[in-house]
Amino acid sequence: MTEIEKNLLKEVAMLDALPKGAYNIRANSGLAGRNTTANIDIQTKKDKPGIDIIIKPGTKNESVHIPVIISQTGIKECVYNDFFIGEDADITIIAGCGIHNCGNEDSDHDGIHTFYVGKNAKVKYVERHYANGDGKGKKFMNPTTVAKLEENAFMRMETTQISGIDDTTRTTKAELKKGSKLEIHESVMTTGEQKAVSDFDANLIGEESSCNIISHTVARDKSFQHFKSKLNGLTSCKGHSECDSIIMDNAKVLATPELYAETTEASLIHEAAIGKIAGEQLIKLMTLGLTEKEAEEQIIAGFLR
Amino acid sequence: MLELKNINYIVDDKQILKDVSLKIDDKFVVITGPNGSGKSTLTKICAGIIKPTTGQVFLDNIDITNKNITERSKMGISFGFQQPVTFKGLKVSDLLKLAKGKEASFSEICDILSEVGLCARDYYDRNLDNKLSGGELKRIEIAMVIARNSKISIFDEPEAGIDLWSFQRLIQVFEKMIANTKGSILIISHQERILNIASKIIYLNDGVVERYEEKEKILPDIIKNINATCKKL
Repeated sequence: MTEIEKNLLKEVAMLDALPKGAYNIRANSGLAGRNTTANIDIQTKKDKPGIDIIIKPGTKNESVHIPVIISQTGIKECVYNDFFIGEDADITIIAGCGIHNCGNEDSDHDGIHTFYVGKNAKVKYVERHYANGDGKGKKFMNPTTVAKLEENAFMRMETTQISGIDDTTRTTKAELKKGSKLEIHESVMTTGEQKAVSDFDANLIGEESSCNIISHTVARDKSFQHFKSKLNGLTSCKGHSECDSIIMDNAKVLATPELYAETTEASLIHEAAIGKIAGEQLIKLMTLGLTEKEAEEQIIAGFLR
Repeated sequence: MLELKNINYIVDDKQILKDVSLKIDDKFVVITGPNGSGKSTLTKICAGIIKPTTGQVFLDNIDITNKNITERSKMGISFGFQQPVTFKGLKVSDLLKLAKGKEASFSEICDILSEVGLCARDYYDRNLDNKLSGGELKRIEIAMVIARNSKISIFDEPEAGIDLWSFQRLIQVFEKMIANTKGSILIISHQERILNIASKIIYLNDGVVERYEEKEKILPDIIKNINATCKKL
């Protein structure tokens, strides 16, 4: 693995070396490494690009790393990864895509991840997106996550896109059955002329299901962001979405939340805020000895944490 | 030593401060006076948060009038706000580390929090946001000033918005600061118990320093004035 690829791996999967436990590393559209465990199997799909990750019921305290890295210019791929998480399992999945494009052709990775989370299972899903390289070729990523939560299942999804991606549309669809719970935390920063769209659509179909979406974004330079969220409360359920954006320079931010309830028992809330960094926050940090620029970076780093 | 020379501050044709000249070199100096007399403006001018219309500010005989907030902070002026500022995502420990210097260890942060009666176990990883109570925020604000260990520590009404128990503790915090500091503490307060531990008291009225004397000379008159005002009411 080259230094560029190692760096990408570190950025997207926080890995300095091969991880412990199960993993599948995809590099430049090929398999660069795979490990399975007694409880976690990974199989290559036969009908289309991608893998099936099968986690046995009752698997506890194990993790799966499935990073994707692209370091060759011009690669365009669409990958389907399906996760079958057995009943009562408690597992962490770390995914992410890193693109280094220093060539003149566009790079594009579209990952479609579908989670089938079994009864009473718990899953923490961490997804980081990162790109670098100063070629003329653009870096595109369009991840789709589909979460199907069975009774009393719990899924926490943490997605981060901090740097370098020119154009992204992140789509998240969820279906929540009785007593299940979905927590989504999204952090996005766009710079230059980048464009980022987040599109959430959750159907709360089971009684006492709940969904909480928290999106913190920073839009700098001339970038554009669009936050869309739709919470559909079809039974007694709780839904909350919050999008909070710091807007800077000449950026543009659009937030279009939607709430839909079919019953008086559905409790749905949306909070949205777009604004610049508060002057009083800058002043406070400056009284601690930071320059205005340092204060700004500190506030952003905390906000996107 | 902090010195103000002929400070005037005019905003929207209103003169907030009128030719204020002061030298602050005692350990604990309290600014008091009616609401709207210009107390907060005066302290913000000291910290560089507000620029005076005319006049000069000196720190240890160096003219700092044109120095910005950051420069003054690095030169040794710290400031505790009346309304503590909150953040999204920054933790109590992040702010205290910034205040102390980035190499601050867990035990150093723990010691600073203990100074203001907070336990590091409960607060180290807490976000400094609106979920904390007014009293907690106030104590953390004071802790940040303590952490800086500056030549000049300024507090704008530290007692505002805190409960009685916290106020008792606050007096102890300031008594300890007085014992430990090598510099000066400048504090805006209306509280008799804080006025009582002052070395000197500044009485500001309508933008003018009416009196600036040792506590023993000025405090009985201030208390008499307050009582007289209450009787009138």
